Amino acid sequence: MEVPILKQGQYLIASIQSALTDADLSQLREALIERVGRFRARGVIVDVTALDVMDSFAVRTLRDIAHMARLRGAETVIVGIQPEVAFAMVQLGLTLKGVATALDLEEGLAFLDDVARERVERGQGPIDRGPGHRDRA
Amino acid sequence: MATTSKDRPSPAAGLPVQTQDTAALLRELVAHLRQNRTQLREEWARRITRAQLLTAMTEAEIFAEATSVYDNYVEALETGTFEALQAYSRNLSERIIPRGVETHEVVGIVLLLRDVLARSLFAKYHEDFDKLNRILDAYEPAANRIANTVAVGFVQERERIIRQQQEAIRELSTPVLQVRERLLILPIIGVIDPQRARQLTEQLLRAIRTNRAKVVVIDITGVAAMDSNVANHLVQTVEASRLLGATVIVTGLSPEIAQTLVTIGVDLSEMATVGDLQGGIEEAERLLGYKVLPLEELAPKG
Repeated sequence: MEVPILKQGQYLIASIQSALTDADLSQLREALIERVGRFRARGVIVDVTALDVMDSFAVRTLRDIAHMARLRGAETVIVGIQPEVAFAMVQLGLTLKGVATALDLEEGLAFLDDVARERVERGQGPIDRGPGHRDRA
Repeated sequence: MATTSKDRPSPAAGLPVQTQDTAALLRELVAHLRQNRTQLREEWARRITRAQLLTAMTEAEIFAEATSVYDNYVEALETGTFEALQAYSRNLSERIIPRGVETHEVVGIVLLLRDVLARSLFAKYHEDFDKLNRILDAYEPAANRIANTVAVGFVQERERIIRQQQEAIRELSTPVLQVRERLLILPIIGVIDPQRARQLTEQLLRAIRTNRAKVVVIDITGVAAMDSNVANHLVQTVEASRLLGATVIVTGLSPEIAQTLVTIGVDLSEMATVGDLQGGIEEAERLLGYKVLPLEELAPKG
């Protein structure tokens, strides 16, 4: 099943609706990384609220997405990990090191806004210039 | 089953080593117990009162319970099956344990009943010594098994209640408290075993979800000792919380624990630690963007 990827301002939102096969996950990874460039996204949110189990391949794919998106200039945040899933993950040693996480979509958006604001403060250029505007940086 | 010898041709249903002979004797016994039901259970209730057992119950209650125990007892003797008696003794235990009835009382009353019945058998068969012997041979194993069933049922029920209460104490012992919007505190007191650590983590994760917490302060001032297992549990809790988007600050590591952790080489580099609870809360407030000021500084100048 293909995961829908929505564009919201400068962010891409991938909302996983059901259990995914490894092929689906790889497909999601490729689609997201490709679209980060196409839409000039500064942030990616992957919503896993609907997942009640997460295996090592899924965790690795999520981590890969985060690292690859960062190389393409977008910060990634994984949102909606269920308490039981989180517990199972740490017991299996799958801890998503170096990947941002947030409670839900709302928190994820707030996190990305914070990151964008910090970038501005660090002098890395303004971020919100409206849709369609070409960034010189 | 030992059924090969000639004088024990076939086993009757029920008790393991029951011959037709014992089956017949047991039938006779049951008939005797049925016939003298009123008198025997009155005698039994009297003996219970005299022995000062079941003092938590009134005499009428004792008599009522004695009647049902008696009937169940006779039924178990007759059918040789113990399920009904087991169920009844569990049910009885459930009712009398909250009233403070002790194990020795339950064992005591069952043994009294055994005694009362045996005495009535003596009285009935004292002229035919041979018959009495055979009756007792049939009666004793069954009676022992009944006493065993009732006592075990009682103890099992008690253990179930103890387990239930342990669970309740465990849950009470790990409160997750919200001190500010999006800030939780988890004070840990006492020993952390794997089971408690697991439960603690689950509770914390659930609380993070429901309170939408961003920062959690885990205070371990009340934890006396820590080994690598406990430390690993703590690290797991911190990591699981982070997966839900919450930052964890650990406070109250005593000098001893700090030394132990460094000596055994637990990697706590992923963990934010602050000396005491106050410092932890201040750090959490900073992360959340709060600043606590004395009232004078807030009042308009002039």
